[in-house]
Amino acid sequence: MNATLFATLVAIVKKDLLIEWRTRARLSALVFFSVAALLMFSFALGADIQTMRDHAGGYLWLGLLFASVLALSEAFRVEAENRALEAVLLTPADARAVYLGKALANALLLLLLGALLVPMMLVLYDVGLDGPLHALRLLAVVALGVFAISAPGTLLAAISTNAKSKDLLLPVLLFPLLVPVLLAAVKATALVIAGDPMGDAFTWLSLLVAFNVVYWALGFLLFPSVVDE
Amino acid sequence: MSAQAIQVDGVSKRYGARWALVRTSLQINAGESVMLTGHNGSGKTTLLRLMAGLTAPSVGALRVFDRDVVRERQAARTAVALLSHQSGHYDDLSAAENLRLHAALLGRDTQAIDELLARVRLRERADTPVRQFSAGMKKRLSLARVMLKRPKIVLLDEPFGELDPEGMADVETWIAEERKAGTTIVLATHWIDQGRRLSDREVRLTNGRLV
Ligand SMILES: Nc1ncnc2c1ncn2[C@@H]1O[C@H](COP(=O)(O)OP(=O)(O)OP(=O)(O)O)[C@@H](O)[C@H]1O
Ligand SMILES: [Mg+2]
Repeated sequence: MNATLFATLVAIVKKDLLIEWRTRARLSALVFFSVAALLMFSFALGADIQTMRDHAGGYLWLGLLFASVLALSEAFRVEAENRALEAVLLTPADARAVYLGKALANALLLLLLGALLVPMMLVLYDVGLDGPLHALRLLAVVALGVFAISAPGTLLAAISTNAKSKDLLLPVLLFPLLVPVLLAAVKATALVIAGDPMGDAFTWLSLLVAFNVVYWALGFLLFPSVVDE
Repeated sequence: MSAQAIQVDGVSKRYGARWALVRTSLQINAGESVMLTGHNGSGKTTLLRLMAGLTAPSVGALRVFDRDVVRERQAARTAVALLSHQSGHYDDLSAAENLRLHAALLGRDTQAIDELLARVRLRERADTPVRQFSAGMKKRLSLARVMLKRPKIVLLDEPFGELDPEGMADVETWIAEERKAGTTIVLATHWIDQGRRLSDREVRLTNGRLV
């Protein structure tokens, strides 16, 4: 009997996280890259503390976005290397479950990266938080944002692995699609950092939730036609 | 119902401007073993990939146990395992981890894995990352993956390449066993003597045409 949708999803997530762990040298390069990006932004801004604080959320998301492009294309390089994905689909695994598994693993990876970058951001841009609850709210925004990046990112990474200039194609396809996500995530982050006195963050968070629903559903539906020639 | 395992109906396959396969029709009965021969680039791999539903025909249709390989992809694939030129492994994982992944996807328990690794003589290297394997070792692991599935149809794309004499003898023994057990076999190979010993008939491709 073949595995259920859920069992397939679990097997793919476990496999991807295991590969990330085995290749943790690559992973630390990714962390280093995003930290360096945050540092560069803070240098570029000069010494104006207030400007840095105001834009901290934006730089955090730019760092995460650039890192996600690297992570996503790597996630499909290992699939294409020996046509391993093809072997998986021949079992025959449900391509939709494979999508959910890969997108979830990518989201978890980005979430880990986000959890490392947030403290960096707090220090570099001199942002203060009031207690653990405030930090948790910030992490919730990061989680919603990276899930909204991972869903379309995984689909487009699958599309671009077969292209000749895949390293260029992925950001070219992905960035326009992520403009609304980025906007909502940056706004929500800035509001949560500022303590959200007017309760405006909720609107942006709902928007992020909506983007997640749409992108995950689209990926789930479209992935099979992307991987099956 | 027909005892037909694979039915290839007027299939042509085009890559860009080149026709890799031209108006090919072929019936393979359940339990039959067919050797596929032809020079390099004659279309053997293309035909096997079409049978596995990994690529769609430009013209015509293929059926596996009466399931269309494109429209009923999942059902058709259930019956088929393919040993191909590409290993299909995740190089960062060990041999055992690769097999465990496939056992999970197939809904099989992992008990058989140890035995399979012993069968292809990789038990001592079970925990070595596949990246550190030699070409022949990778081939052996691909074979173990095909064995794990226990399919009704085995598609073998040059199973003897890269193997040492001992490995080749192992593969021959395994194919002979599968044949006795009633598995349908399509064997694309340049090793004519081995192929003839292991098959009921020979099908030859020249420039994408059956002759
Ligand atoms: N992905 C592809 N893109 C373009 N052309 C291809 C592709 N795959 C195969 N071809 C072409 O199709 C033809 C048949 O190739 P195929 O791989 O089926 O040959 P083969 O009989 O398996 O050869 P070999 O004995 O070398 O394995 C060749 O002319 C090849 O150039
Ligand atoms: Mg070939």
